[in-house]
Amino acid sequence: MAHISYRQALHDTLRSELQRDENVLLMGEEIGRFEGSYKITAGMLDEFGPKRVRDTPIAEEGFTGAAVGAAMLGLRPVVEIMTINFSLLALDQIMNHAAKIYGMFGGQCSVPMVIRTPGGGGQQLAATHSQNVELFYAFTPGLKVVAPSSPADAKALLLASIRDDDPVLFLENLALYNTKGEVPDTDEPGEIGRAAVTRTGSDITLVGYSRMAHVALQVAERLAADEGIEAEVVDLRSLRPLDRQTVVDSVKKTNCAVVLEDDWLTYGIGAELAASISDGAFDWLDAPVRRVAMAEVPLPYAKPLESAALPSADDVVTVIHQTLDAVGRRSDRVGAR
Amino acid sequence: MSVDTAAQPVAETSHEPELVQLLTPEGQRVPHEHYDSLVADVTADDIRAMYRELVLARRVDSEAVSLQRQGELGLWPSLLGQEAAQIGSARALRPQDHVFPTYREHGVALHRDVDPVRLLALFRGVDQGSWDPAQSHFHLYTIVIGAQTLHATGYAMGVQRDGAIGTGDPGRDTAVMAYFGDGATSQGSVSEAFIWAGVTNAPVVFFCQNNQWAISEPLERQTRVPLYKRAAGFGFPGVRVDGNDVLACLAVSREALQRARDGEGPTLVEAFTYRMGAHTTSDDPTRYRLNAELEHWRLKDPVERVKAYMVRNDLADQAFFDELSDESDQLAERMRAECRSLPEPAPTSIFDHVYVEPTPGLVEQRDGMAAYLDSFADEEVHQ
Ligand SMILES: Cc1ncc(C[n+]2csc(CCOP(=O)(O)OP(=O)(O)O)c2C)c(N)n1
Ligand SMILES: [Mg+2]
Repeated sequence: MAHISYRQALHDTLRSELQRDENVLLMGEEIGRFEGSYKITAGMLDEFGPKRVRDTPIAEEGFTGAAVGAAMLGLRPVVEIMTINFSLLALDQIMNHAAKIYGMFGGQCSVPMVIRTPGGGGQQLAATHSQNVELFYAFTPGLKVVAPSSPADAKALLLASIRDDDPVLFLENLALYNTKGEVPDTDEPGEIGRAAVTRTGSDITLVGYSRMAHVALQVAERLAADEGIEAEVVDLRSLRPLDRQTVVDSVKKTNCAVVLEDDWLTYGIGAELAASISDGAFDWLDAPVRRVAMAEVPLPYAKPLESAALPSADDVVTVIHQTLDAVGRRSDRVGAR
Repeated sequence: MSVDTAAQPVAETSHEPELVQLLTPEGQRVPHEHYDSLVADVTADDIRAMYRELVLARRVDSEAVSLQRQGELGLWPSLLGQEAAQIGSARALRPQDHVFPTYREHGVALHRDVDPVRLLALFRGVDQGSWDPAQSHFHLYTIVIGAQTLHATGYAMGVQRDGAIGTGDPGRDTAVMAYFGDGATSQGSVSEAFIWAGVTNAPVVFFCQNNQWAISEPLERQTRVPLYKRAAGFGFPGVRVDGNDVLACLAVSREALQRARDGEGPTLVEAFTYRMGAHTTSDDPTRYRLNAELEHWRLKDPVERVKAYMVRNDLADQAFFDELSDESDQLAERMRAECRSLPEPAPTSIFDHVYVEPTPGLVEQRDGMAAYLDSFADEEVHQ
């Protein structure tokens, strides 16, 4: 076990995969000499050379499409897109080609590529650099989408993504890069499509992924300490395939749920989760599933406005209180103390 | 055998190319067969006015960089080194011509009478852009690389539809100017803008400031041919100009803009210059480029060469330089003071500009937020 940052876990894993398999190569803007916008690829150009660590022109559609082609030949390109926002310039290559080639070409060739890209607002990067559009990819059959929230999962899921024979969108998060945690030394790939219960509790289920899985844990600890409320936290880890069962099993135990998401409410991933919960655990629900999401506006650049638009831990607590109040559970709890 | 598959630059991109120059780095006026006529009307007053704008643009920039360092701005992309490319091209514009900038065209903004404090407000993050592009004919900053070249092309198609080209009326015929960088030329959007403008003969000038770098990526990463040569493939002229020579930038831009206004279609101008500073205040260029390169370009300084020209030809006395220095100090002082007193926006303003007519759903969200914020105000009163 090593106690390292999310950033370090990604770096170490990429490096060991480059060492393990000579078909693995990295492509992206600024990943070589500049070592990546967020320094995930530090030192790799020197160690592996320009054929395996390729600085690309500023052409997102170009290098993503080229990675699709390289993957069709059996290489395992790991593409870095500076932010998920710029993946929109490559949307055609991702949705229409990476996700479709295996099916449209009769299973004759697969596309074993990974697109690593961070999402996340809160860094004052303004509306076109702060969106969380993983929903587009989670919506698309043929793609896998993983979104680890801890350094250990970052490692395990990156290993799994690179070794997977299908295209994987690997979602990172700007706010998570410096977070630390225990990471096993062994190279054991994680299972794509398996959620984790990261905290057990019996009062309410909180569901999130990426940064919001982190926020959910923090809120749960705070509620336990301050109010004696025991929340169970489900970290989805993977958006497609989606592990509905783990979510439903938790709700059957707690009888109510709040879903946390870092993007817009309407048509969001929270809506999918709410529907999945009512499908799978309707008879167990004591209250409607509530969602916490950001304001439905382009995210402003101004710090106070950005904070006003993004969901905060306080917002989550408020919605949890409302949900528990609706089932009369909080007064019990508070009364018992 | 091992073959290095990384593209080798062709000689021309790494060496000084053939380019239009009217003022040498030493401030010597060199004749040019074709372009002399385009600046024949430039008087000593014009030279002084040009110099003034170069100095003020540089001052606006350095003041903004220091405000950012003091924590007053979130970020600032410096124009240092690109003053001549910006002021020379901007001075070729007519009032009705419309400009689509990137995020670095503070000199063009200055010339278009956009108050530098408006730029500070944007980068301080107290508003989302507060100058009126319809009035200044200077559009708001675009950050997604290359996108504005398409917007400029579309705007130019509108100009064409309005019949505001080729009438011979100097107050009516209109050109559109799209600024972008060397790195941007790799984007599909820029090639598509070239295609569109080419086939529709749109009145647009593509003004590429080739400052040799796209963050940490040198020009060789984006192209194997000199950028101005790309225009030929799209069917319109391309020209490379010394981007540190304000007079040459004026001449070349005047010709290109006039072609557009006359209905003769697009031109690609490549202003060969250098980004003397960091990409933005959050970048450290010493990590990826050599000091020698910086020193090489320092000798070609766009502001100093005009001063040398003025001194050499007795175009200004000490009083002129002193007054300009005072004016520049006053501008900096005003920027500092006004920047610090810019009002903070209200949280509910996030809902203001999502739609021209707010939707009921948004009105509900805004009212909800207002009520929530009010509940704290009450708490404070009661405590
Ligand atoms: C579509 C897109 N991809 C990547 C970026 C990140 N980015 C911001 S500035 C920049 C470099 C642009 O270089 P260039 O066009 O030469 O302009 P310069 O900054 O040198 O003025 C990059 C890659 C972006 N803003 N938009
Ligand atoms: Mg550049």
